[in-house]
Amino acid sequence: MQREVTISVNGATRTDTVEPRLLLVHYLREQRRLTGTHIGCDTSNCGACTVLIDGLSAKSCTVLAVQADGHEVSTIEGLAGSDGSFHPVQEGFRQCHGLQCGYCTPGMIMASVGILADNPHPSESEIRMGLEGNICRCTGYQKIVEAVQWAAAHPQPQPAGQGG
Amino acid sequence: MIPPKFDYVKARSADEALAALAEHGEDAKLLAGGHSLIPLLKLRLSSPSVLIDIGEIADLSYINDGGTHIAIGAATTHRTVAHSELLRAQVPLLAHATGQVGDPQVRNRGTIGGSIAHGDPASDQPAVLVAIDAVLVARSATGSQREIPAGEFFRSFLETALAPDEMLVEIRVPKIPGAGWSFQKFNRRAQDWAIVGVAAVLDGTSAGIGLVNMGGTPVRAKATEEALAGGASPAEAAAHAADGTDPPSDLNADPDYRCHLARVLVGRALHEARS
Repeated sequence: MQREVTISVNGATRTDTVEPRLLLVHYLREQRRLTGTHIGCDTSNCGACTVLIDGLSAKSCTVLAVQADGHEVSTIEGLAGSDGSFHPVQEGFRQCHGLQCGYCTPGMIMASVGILADNPHPSESEIRMGLEGNICRCTGYQKIVEAVQWAAAHPQPQPAGQGG
Repeated sequence: MIPPKFDYVKARSADEALAALAEHGEDAKLLAGGHSLIPLLKLRLSSPSVLIDIGEIADLSYINDGGTHIAIGAATTHRTVAHSELLRAQVPLLAHATGQVGDPQVRNRGTIGGSIAHGDPASDQPAVLVAIDAVLVARSATGSQREIPAGEFFRSFLETALAPDEMLVEIRVPKIPGAGWSFQKFNRRAQDWAIVGVAAVLDGTSAGIGLVNMGGTPVRAKATEEALAGGASPAEAAAHAADGTDPPSDLNADPDYRCHLARVLVGRALHEARS
């Protein structure tokens, strides 16, 4: 039982043969070798595996690769510009120390991109509600909320080579 | 966790899905957003031999004005339901409660029909549908279609009135633009299922009150509704919220605690619905 799927990941479209039961997160990590998307709880609670599917945030541990056939997936690897410039949300997490161990960070950043796409100027409460599907064991969330606020205030990509 | 092996069919129309369902019978499961089913597959609590993917069927995803009611296609995502201007204006309780389901990622993928057909009494929308006397439309491969009142749809824990060859195709919710309403959800952590929840609509002394997670199915707080109809004050009526219920016991709460929560939350819901 194999299926052919054609999935665009960060703008690169590829056709692969997969088992129907293959989870999107395993497809991304093992077949596309994009290991920035993390597997945390594997039960759709923690949000570490968050990616965008057709621009909407989704937990890739709870999506089958066959469900993404014909769709566009965006992962953390696709956010930075080709010149290395950071996406505003990435830069916000850097500027505001929005991470400690970093495990939840790719999911936090992708979920935050989803929040800002819906609502470019969210209140603190809207940011916290928007991140309710993402769990961080280190930061207590305060710095993450500040990082999203920073990104909302600086919507343009940040130039490369500013140290870091 | 890797789900067990299964075959996979992507249906392009409701008829195609129903034909596949008729062919595979009880060995098949319908997959829409997958946010109830895929976790069950991973835990090996469900092992269908075929998944029929109905998540991309355009004619199952819509929100239409049906005159006295709003018709919602079963594969409409929670996101679409929560953001619908039509529902916000005509059935604000459902739009609001849907915005409380899971978290944004879950609402982006999960569907109202999937949540209803899953039949989990801890889910938010089933209690809303029971409270407002929604009607669920089921279709089978023979082309026959039947309307099932929400109060008769949920049979027992994870079990509904749907036959193995039937598919939930539409949810019809009555327009209640002027009624007072409230949705109360009590949980310990953001995104969790409700330990107890309450969906209430109030029009004068006529109330519809659905309870989340107070039994094997979503149930109505009938004793409270009757007390209100008989002239009791909201506080007096709320004291009967747990009468006749049989709430579950789990790590979050024992039945006594759930009964206490039901009384407190129904009290809050009635207060909010009246204001």
